[in-house]
Amino acid sequence: MAEIIADALTIEFPLYHLGARSLKKRLMAQALRRIREDSDSRVVVSALRDLTFRIGSGERVALIGRNGAGKSTLLRTLAGIYDPVGGRLSVQGTVGSLIDPGAGMDFWATGRENIRLRAWYAGLNEAQAQALSEAVTSFSGLGEFLELPVRNYSSGMQLRLAFAMATASRPDILLMDEWFFTADASFMAQAEARLQEMVASAKILVIATHSMRVVRRLCNRVIRLEAGRVVDDGPTEEVLSRLPEEMRLELETLQPGG
Amino acid sequence: MFTSHQAPAVRDAADPRHLARALDDLALGFSRWRLPLGLARLDLRNRYRGSVLGPFWITLSTSIMLAALGFLYARLFRIDVADYLPFLATSLVLWNLISGLVNDGTQCLTDREDVIRQMPQPYSVHVLRCVLRHALAAAHVLPLVPIVFLLCGRWPGWGLLGTIPGLFLFLVNGVFVCTLLGMVAARFRDMGPIMQSGMQLLFFVTPIIWKPELLGDRVGFLALNPVYAMIELVRAPMLGQMPGLLIMAAALFYTAVLGGLAFTIFVRWRGRIAFWV
Repeated sequence: MAEIIADALTIEFPLYHLGARSLKKRLMAQALRRIREDSDSRVVVSALRDLTFRIGSGERVALIGRNGAGKSTLLRTLAGIYDPVGGRLSVQGTVGSLIDPGAGMDFWATGRENIRLRAWYAGLNEAQAQALSEAVTSFSGLGEFLELPVRNYSSGMQLRLAFAMATASRPDILLMDEWFFTADASFMAQAEARLQEMVASAKILVIATHSMRVVRRLCNRVIRLEAGRVVDDGPTEEVLSRLPEEMRLELETLQPGG
Repeated sequence: MFTSHQAPAVRDAADPRHLARALDDLALGFSRWRLPLGLARLDLRNRYRGSVLGPFWITLSTSIMLAALGFLYARLFRIDVADYLPFLATSLVLWNLISGLVNDGTQCLTDREDVIRQMPQPYSVHVLRCVLRHALAAAHVLPLVPIVFLLCGRWPGWGLLGTIPGLFLFLVNGVFVCTLLGMVAARFRDMGPIMQSGMQLLFFVTPIIWKPELLGDRVGFLALNPVYAMIELVRAPMLGQMPGLLIMAAALFYTAVLGGLAFTIFVRWRGRIAFWV
């Protein structure tokens, strides 16, 4: 049983290293909506404000909204990186996140060593690590390049390795950023099949995206964020039909990864 | 794929369960010791990547430093070189370990910003990585000490075994120092430079190149210096003495204070680290 319940979930980023007090004053002087002073008179940016929603098994949720709407922050909070500053978050089920393909990669180490590192990061046991290594070797198609330092790879090969490692397991809840759509064409077909498989086996998918194509193809529910708040939430077509005209144009014309 | 083992199913701002989560973090970080150890080894290898000597550069540069300082200061202090060098070798190697831990400790979390903000990992992993890196580096220079003793016609004998409790305490304090400084420096960025200049000062006021006896009847005051207490704990057995009771008590006291402080801060503000780095 996989389930995500957010209840008045709030995340704020204090701006600790603002430096001069004058900058703080200047920011405060403009009546900004999301930058404010909290009770300890710190300057904070409200990244997520009072989010309440429930996502159950079988739901494929697209998070849409402009840059800075809070999509990535929400993904990271669901992944367990940020603790709620206010409210409550309950996440039942194993969580896998595809947020940054390069995170934790050592570019001076070989591909093989990076696979080992990844197994350690994920807390795999010896048998699982072995299975990961085999899966990545066969999927990435990097062959003898796995014995070379990752920094000597082309960017396409680096992506292939990162992608192969990231998509090797099958979590209940899959959190995704849309980075993987930047893969080169030869890899795309293979990558898409793999993603489809991963999405199909996940009980819950939450994907942050700018692309209508991704939303329509993968998702049965859309949550639209604006300035850290949920402004719309419902079945895909309903939410899309309620989109403001200029935003629909933006999303339709945006190519994946753009 | 990163499964977020460490985030509990329910996280409630009104009931943050600081203590339970800090203990989980530590338990998971220590049980995954292969990860910080593997990362520490890669760190060391990457730093000396492509060089002929590799990490043995630390061994070489320490040897040169020892030879140069040893002969010069033996002359300045009018002490026999064979008497002075074993003292200096022990002090300098231990000091390098301490100053390395303190200076790198201030960066042990901020340097890991990329990992911290992308995948849920126990924070103790980053701390252990830093401590283990310095332990590995120290393993390249610690053997110099008995070699210097041999060259000077002395042999610590059973004293070598007597250094084990002290060296163990070094590791424990390393974990405390890196936890404490890593967090404080992530929140207050002035901490790094402050510690750097503080350590410079400490090098000169601690008996590392000068022998504590030179203080005469004021030697008791040295127990107020935590670095002295720690160094003496290992140095005394090497030189064939038993560390004084006062020194042992002081070292344990400082360890307890440091540990208490580090643990308290870790428990209370652990959840904020991702926002600080």
